[in-house]
Amino acid sequence: MVADRMDVREKLAILADAAKYDASCASSGSKGTRAGSKIGSTEGMGICHSYTPDGRCVSLLKILLTNYCIYDCQYCVNRISSDTPRARFTIDEVVSLTMEFYKRNYVEGLFLSSGIIQTSDYTMEQLIAVAKKLRIDHHYGGYIHLKTIPNASQGLIDEAGGWADRLSVNIELPTDADLHQLAPEKKKPQIVKAMSGIREKIDETKQEQAAGFKPPRFAPAGQSTQMIVGATPTPDLDVLKTASELYIGQRLRRVYYSAYSPIPHADARLPGQSPPLIREHRLYQADWLMRFYGFSADEIVAEKDHNLSLEIDPKLAWAIANRHFFPVDINRASREELLRIPGIGVRNVKRILSLRKHNNLRSEDLRKLRVAWNRAKVFVLTADHNPSLADLDKLDLAKRVKPKSQQRMLFDAASSAASGEV
Amino acid sequence: MTHFLNIETFDQWRTEARLLLAQEVEPFDINFLSSRDQPLLFADDRQEASPANTTHNVPKLFLDLARNVACHRKANRWELLYRTLWRLTHGERSLLQITTDDDIHELLQMQKAVKRDVHKMKAFVRFRKVESVDESENYIAWHRPDHHIVRLAAPFFARRFNGMNWTILTPDESVAWDQHELQYGAGVPASEAPDGDVLEELWKTYYASIFNPARVKVAMMKREMPVRHWPTLPEAELIEGLLQQAPKRVNEMIEQNEGFDRTATHYMPQQSDLDSLREAAKCCHACDLHQFATQMVFGEGAKDARIVLVGEQPGDREDIEGRPFVGPAGKLLDNALARAGVNRNEVYITNVVKHFKFTERGKRRLHKKPNSREIFACRPWLEAELAAIQPEAIICLGATPAQALLGRDFRISKSRGQVLATDWCKRTVATWHPAAILRMPDVSRREQMEQQLVGDLRLSVA
Repeated sequence: MVADRMDVREKLAILADAAKYDASCASSGSKGTRAGSKIGSTEGMGICHSYTPDGRCVSLLKILLTNYCIYDCQYCVNRISSDTPRARFTIDEVVSLTMEFYKRNYVEGLFLSSGIIQTSDYTMEQLIAVAKKLRIDHHYGGYIHLKTIPNASQGLIDEAGGWADRLSVNIELPTDADLHQLAPEKKKPQIVKAMSGIREKIDETKQEQAAGFKPPRFAPAGQSTQMIVGATPTPDLDVLKTASELYIGQRLRRVYYSAYSPIPHADARLPGQSPPLIREHRLYQADWLMRFYGFSADEIVAEKDHNLSLEIDPKLAWAIANRHFFPVDINRASREELLRIPGIGVRNVKRILSLRKHNNLRSEDLRKLRVAWNRAKVFVLTADHNPSLADLDKLDLAKRVKPKSQQRMLFDAASSAASGEV
Repeated sequence: MTHFLNIETFDQWRTEARLLLAQEVEPFDINFLSSRDQPLLFADDRQEASPANTTHNVPKLFLDLARNVACHRKANRWELLYRTLWRLTHGERSLLQITTDDDIHELLQMQKAVKRDVHKMKAFVRFRKVESVDESENYIAWHRPDHHIVRLAAPFFARRFNGMNWTILTPDESVAWDQHELQYGAGVPASEAPDGDVLEELWKTYYASIFNPARVKVAMMKREMPVRHWPTLPEAELIEGLLQQAPKRVNEMIEQNEGFDRTATHYMPQQSDLDSLREAAKCCHACDLHQFATQMVFGEGAKDARIVLVGEQPGDREDIEGRPFVGPAGKLLDNALARAGVNRNEVYITNVVKHFKFTERGKRRLHKKPNSREIFACRPWLEAELAAIQPEAIICLGATPAQALLGRDFRISKSRGQVLATDWCKRTVATWHPAAILRMPDVSRREQMEQQLVGDLRLSVA
């Protein structure tokens, strides 16, 4: 089919389909709506406007500007050697789709990515043109996430950050060797260089704000990245170490893990199977432990093969491997200690700390807080509950505290994949 | 004495509660009613209170909580709020912090339900565009929230959709924005809402396309998008069909994985030395070019060569002889190598694509540029050759090998002659392809290009 003759609906089908493998759809983290906006706002948490049967939320119009691409990344359906149908939106088409969808409250904003056409800089300029047109011609104040094109010049990245709320550069695969194997044209140093370019600009903007100036906005919702897991044999420990490096070194807001999903026309080198969703879920749980619970990657992955257990969640696995740490006294322990108890989340730790100023907490109070008591009870002391230390020492502890049936675990996985709570 | 009170809104409740508190009326002496919930059986026999002299300081937190809970549909909300207010002002100042207290716990649960409902309203309102007589655009939505939350949610919509006229209808209350102020009105049944919008087909197309059939998680979807909201979401009618097709689509995706458009990786031998590679490459069917070419033309030269020269693909003469760079371009290259002081026997010469691609024009076979898929299908051979030789310098002759090794962004016109590091060697240089020099009609330009080729070859030996 000749691309020019395609109508917008046909292009949308191709270019949304091509974007569905990117896990990110968040629309949060921007601080306040841009001044002078007529349509669109960014306030509070992002809103998920719909959910597809894959349980993932639709909060953004997530599309590619084009799925023609000169790169040949094996995990990507849009790689040059793939036979997938191709299409290319015009800038006006994307602008109009975004505005029309937004005005009907279908979406929270635009997540625009693109295959690389001509050169990286040319492609980046096209993405910027869309964002700029939305902001200037349509006084659009909603969320915009632009996927930064690898190798695009710093000047263009600086400009993109001025129009977008969030920028992202995909790390794609956890290690250099993985990249070499599956995305020969992408190099980790280049990717990391692009990230640090964004980070430096974000830092600069923050410093100016702190000094009392009003610098122009630059990616107020920060930057994120996506990592594909399961396309190569790289174990979870390496995945989490890479993520940890990115959180600390590049101050990323989020690392999205995307279980490698079979793609049409895939290269024979890739695993031909459905994605290991439970593994992806465990990685999100572990990621949460690193960001909000003070765990380090080495602590979380204790298994010999350097992979997270698929059977039990990483926090429980850590507790079972570190029984000497327990029981923790709910009424006396520090915040850091409370955070390590399986079945108790960040929000409940906060509540416990404030409650115990007034009362001595009992197990019934914890149940009212919806603490996962079955998991927690072996590991905590309360005013009325003292687990026998013998329980902690039993060899079958893991079996007794883990969720009852496989079915239940899958359900937990689904809900917790969204909230990220462990 | 029991007081009967008919309360509808938070402001009403606040006024009454102030008076009652001033009179020290205890919670169990009041019977809160709501005409929404039940008919008023008893007249209000409460005496008008004198303006309260005492002011009660309640935490701001409580007012926020009460404002939310007031929107809850549950009948006991007013008495629960008053009892809490009473306890706060009668010795239990920090009651709100005791989140495990039964009353507080219930209030918090109600607040959570209301907040969730507001959040869902922000998410699931779907505007439909309606053109009015004066041709102005109006957007109208019908939504059915669980609680009385229109006034909680409306300001958000006014901020977000500031520059358009919109109306949200719900069974209890409606609200309209004319780009200046919010106006509230009576509730409206679903039958009075406009149906359909031209954009809905596009929206459904998007919804169906962004769904990945390889990751079905229905429980998760239903938890976050409760089924009772589905009737007002145009995309919801697709869900059943998408789920039915999902297993079939995944199988197709996985099946297509096999055998489709293989790359040379598929034909790699166990041993990766040059002789094994050359043998294995003879059987390569990674692209269609093998069907038309006379033979595979593999690289040749010293196994321990310090320099590897990479061209695009074999030409007519090379295809017949089975050796690279033996035609007119090869002659020019030999000449340039000699001028640069390089002995052809000491280098290794190969191409990115190993089969000749051509179109027939009469009796002649004309060279045709390989397309990207052919280049990428064949590329693993080149990578294997480079890995086996581990040269100190690579010279890319023309754009095709340069882009294969230096990235698709690479432009000969911009970066010819620069020494660049690649994964295969630290000194990778791209220069003109000898055939490009031969084809150059302008004699002085041709001489200049030849000079540059010699210079670039010298550079790589240096």
